[in-house]
Amino acid sequence: MFNKILIANRGEIACRVIKTARKMGISTVAIYSDADKNALHVQMADEAVHIGPPPANQSYIVIDKVMDAIRKTGAQAVHPGYGFLSENSKFAEALAAEGVAFVGPPKGAIDAMGDKITSKKIAQEANVSTVPGYMGLIADADEAVKISNEIGYPVMIKASAGGGGKGMRIAWNDEEAREGFQSSKNEAASSFGDDRIFIEKFVTQPRHIEIQVLCDSHGNGVYLGERECSIQRRNQKVVEEAPSPFLDQATRKAMGEQAVALAKAVGYSSAGTVEFIVDGQKNFYFLEMNTRLQVEHPVTELITGVDLVEQMIRVANGEPLSITQDDVKLTGWSVESRLYAEDPYRGFLPSIGRLSVYRPPAEVAAGPMRINGKWADKAIEGETAVRNDTGVYEGGEISMYYDPMIAKLCTWAPTREEAIEGMRIALDSFEIEGIGHNLPFLSAVMDHPIFIAGDMTTAFIEEQYPDGFEGVTLPAAALRKVAAAAAAMYRVAEIRRTRVSGRMDNHERKVGNDWVVVLQGESFPVTIEADHDGSTVRFADGSSHRVASDWAPGDSLANLDVDGDPLVLKVGKVTSGFRIRTRGADLAVKLYTPRQAELAALMPEKLPPDTSKMLLCPMPGLIVKVSVEVGDEVQEGQALCTVEAMKMENILRAERKGTVSKINAVAGDSLAVDEVIMEFE
Amino acid sequence: MKDILQELEDRRSAARLGGGQKRIDSQHAKGKLTARERVELLLDEGSFEEFDMFKAHRCTDFGMEEDKPAGDGVITGWGTINGRMVYVFSQDFTVLGGSVSATHAQKICKIMDMAVQNGAPVIGLNDSGGARIQEGVDALAGYAEIFQRNIMASGVVPQISVIMGPCAGGAVYSPAMTDFIFMVKDTSYMFVTGPDVVKTVTNEVVTAEELGGASTHTKKSSVADGAFDNDVEALAEVRRLVDFLPLNNREKPPVRPFFDKPSRLEDSLDTLIPDNPNQPYDMKELILKVADEGDFYEIQEDYAKNIITGFMRLEGQTVGVVANQPMVLAGCLDIDSSRKAARFVRFCDAFEIPILTLVDVPGFLPGTSQEYGGVIKHGAKLLFAYGEATVPKVTVITRKAYGGAYDVMASKHLRGDFNYAWPTAQIAVMGAKGATEILYRSELGDADKIAKRTEDYEGRFANPFVAAERGFIDEVIMPHSTRKRVARAFASLRGKQLTNPWKKHDNIPL
Repeated sequence: MFNKILIANRGEIACRVIKTARKMGISTVAIYSDADKNALHVQMADEAVHIGPPPANQSYIVIDKVMDAIRKTGAQAVHPGYGFLSENSKFAEALAAEGVAFVGPPKGAIDAMGDKITSKKIAQEANVSTVPGYMGLIADADEAVKISNEIGYPVMIKASAGGGGKGMRIAWNDEEAREGFQSSKNEAASSFGDDRIFIEKFVTQPRHIEIQVLCDSHGNGVYLGERECSIQRRNQKVVEEAPSPFLDQATRKAMGEQAVALAKAVGYSSAGTVEFIVDGQKNFYFLEMNTRLQVEHPVTELITGVDLVEQMIRVANGEPLSITQDDVKLTGWSVESRLYAEDPYRGFLPSIGRLSVYRPPAEVAAGPMRINGKWADKAIEGETAVRNDTGVYEGGEISMYYDPMIAKLCTWAPTREEAIEGMRIALDSFEIEGIGHNLPFLSAVMDHPIFIAGDMTTAFIEEQYPDGFEGVTLPAAALRKVAAAAAAMYRVAEIRRTRVSGRMDNHERKVGNDWVVVLQGESFPVTIEADHDGSTVRFADGSSHRVASDWAPGDSLANLDVDGDPLVLKVGKVTSGFRIRTRGADLAVKLYTPRQAELAALMPEKLPPDTSKMLLCPMPGLIVKVSVEVGDEVQEGQALCTVEAMKMENILRAERKGTVSKINAVAGDSLAVDEVIMEFE
Repeated sequence: MKDILQELEDRRSAARLGGGQKRIDSQHAKGKLTARERVELLLDEGSFEEFDMFKAHRCTDFGMEEDKPAGDGVITGWGTINGRMVYVFSQDFTVLGGSVSATHAQKICKIMDMAVQNGAPVIGLNDSGGARIQEGVDALAGYAEIFQRNIMASGVVPQISVIMGPCAGGAVYSPAMTDFIFMVKDTSYMFVTGPDVVKTVTNEVVTAEELGGASTHTKKSSVADGAFDNDVEALAEVRRLVDFLPLNNREKPPVRPFFDKPSRLEDSLDTLIPDNPNQPYDMKELILKVADEGDFYEIQEDYAKNIITGFMRLEGQTVGVVANQPMVLAGCLDIDSSRKAARFVRFCDAFEIPILTLVDVPGFLPGTSQEYGGVIKHGAKLLFAYGEATVPKVTVITRKAYGGAYDVMASKHLRGDFNYAWPTAQIAVMGAKGATEILYRSELGDADKIAKRTEDYEGRFANPFVAAERGFIDEVIMPHSTRKRVARAFASLRGKQLTNPWKKHDNIPL
């Protein structure tokens, strides 16, 4: 076995690889850019080598620099993680030239699967089901129309070198096919410098389901079940699970066997993923093969008990696979939520900055994949595993240079239902402050009926959140539970307030048991009956909730037991109440005595100020330049001012035509988010 | 006998109705509560004891003898906030517009006298049209009687004013002399002369809100210490503030049970200071991570944001916090921030509230507007306030402590009890670049030489150890242990006794 391995990556995946390497007794080398000097992967590794400035194209993906780091440290193998150099055959070649093992497939396999058209040809030759389509190069629009008719509408017109939705068009008729061909070609030429186009059947009700394969260099290969990755936003996966709620055993087997056949056809070794698109009738078609470890690999590990990184390292070391297809058992269910540093309420704009609070839920070992890497034979009934793969820590920085993913939160449980419930609680327990993040959105997905039913397609987010995400409104039953919990908690907090020193003896304040909970526009009069074990909170209609908790005033997280079910609340400060975040909802909860509630009801509701005629500062930053003056008439798109944030200059532009009536900031001012920079008539 | 008792009830009912249901409804329609409702919200339920419910004015001019409402437009008395005694007056806008007459003023003076005698705070809920014009000079005399009591009570018991309606003309000067002024957004305003007079005299057209609304006074004038959305919020927040304050200057600040380990470590503070010395960071994160339960009551949040002032608790006991905020103007001291912090420090000192000072200050803001505005005298206020303060003083320098501003910010030399520094602290006369440009003026043409000199200067002074060698820094501490160290420091100072030489009063550069 290798003595030392270099991880040519950063963030959570570098940390993930280091964990397994350490378990195997292999010492680790991290590489880092200027922006990652204090990053977690650097702290975790045994050695760390600086490889240049923050942009990846000046550091993490510069082969020479990585090679220097290898030479400097004497690493015998390199794990590339995902992204960066993981599917770069030149890198694999450079390593081979120096006798350093690449923890990944051979160069030939990377090349063969790297091109969409080539990979599809190989797949067809290996009898892998592919989307009906025309593989050859298409000369002109007329030919495109002809081919489209042969395949049958709807068709997808795609750039051969494409990715990320660029150079992609869907056509439902001849006219659209003609237009689509031309625009795809133009886009492909400008985006990729390669205007080759192909046409294929457009799959309706598509799901993205992928097969994990594992091969050694001795011709052995197994598949480790599938992963359902249909919940995506702009081709970026958000929630994954294994197994897929959609597949049956026969389809799984067919897909698995085809995937292994394809891998064998290209002489694959190491872990790889064969992506399929699956339609509503369980027809599956090969999409592409990713010749690397996938981001979402933990869900496979959690249901199979196989440490994929360990297997990759062993394969790279020339060992034959120690498992056969018969050994592969899928046990229980696993769900992964990707936490992104992006603000769901602002169109999922990336958010950067300091993680002033970062407290993931505690990891729990259960199921086939114990955290310590030991295999368990079977699921332990009723247990839920929690695993959090992360590359950040409290007080760390989310920089603008890299992927905005902060963590992959996974749960495992014997059933899908339990795994999802475990995820709900894990998400509720996850505390992140300082940056915008998608926790509320992930919680919303976990409670979405389509997801719960397992009926999602790749269009899920687009269809269910067409106008973006506007937060969660709690359903009545959940709202009452939160109200009951808040009332019980507030009573405790108020009693503490009466224990202050300096009070008039014998004339202390008595905290009452009657309260009115106001939240989400509703108000619930309740009566609290407290005893040593908790509180019974009774509602006006006679119904009640039993609340027990070890929450103490000031705790930012409340782990409650409401009627025997767990309820986790993030608790913040608000006048006369709490800010409570749970299940994706963000509530200002007010607690009043009945008399206070009467008086509070007299207060006019204050509408948030109309900001449509204002330019608000979108991020905390420094005003570098104000480009207009009071009285100027501005056109839509005209630059109004420049804000510098995180060393980046952002030009703020007029959203519509208007006249500047007031300017509140001058160059040199530092503004907080949402401060008014200027106003319009 | 029963009839006699009934008469009391009848009179009480009449008095409680103030200016009548119609006016009460009109008050509600404006989004305002009545004087009595406000008192109910301010005090513990059922704790209010009223004085002078039946007091009436004695004016006989302009038909006033026909209208003698019981209580004369102000409700006064005492009650408790979380069991602690406070005195309160609440002006009743439904009764003669809450206008101040001689008798109205007498009612206020009575409870102020009692507050000072019995050692409990005075909370004034202001909602008044101003002096009762029908009374002429009697009303003015009434105001002055109140002013005099404000002055005498200052530094003896905390005085809090909540502006919950109009407060104009001479009326503003009573709140102005209290310790804290809070306003209610959209329904309160304060000014010496109203928009009409402004227009007549200066031709300036301005609305009451622009001239003296909550936004004006919290952001521009600094007259108010905070503003809240409505009456209910404002009164709840005043209760919260009172929980932090001692009842009088003979008492220690209050202590309450707490659920936060004093020894809590915060590893994330080790990365609070950015690598780049010119990059800002949010000092509030440090405050929240040091405070018990992350609870911080900020004073003048929207004014002079380059300095943060407010109250927190450590081990359950109130501590006043003054901290430079690098996010705004790099945290430098200027006229506004010096005045803001000086007043806060003096309040803490007057009421035996220990002071925690968190320092990251690059110096005083340069420029003509500062010098013409008298930054020398205003900066001196903060220096003076810190120097005369005899309460426990703990200081933590997180990063920059340059020049005179270093001295000002509760340095060892101003009788700081514990002066800590983080390893990232730089205590020097000025930044390295500026220093070398002065020291090596002749080498300015040679960039390499200057760079080398700068590096040398940095190596010598961009750290806390030179100051530590001299004992100006008592100890260099790890950022993650700040809460623990600061809490222990204050714990050790519970018995501190220090007195300044006798004087009639000092002569702080006002």
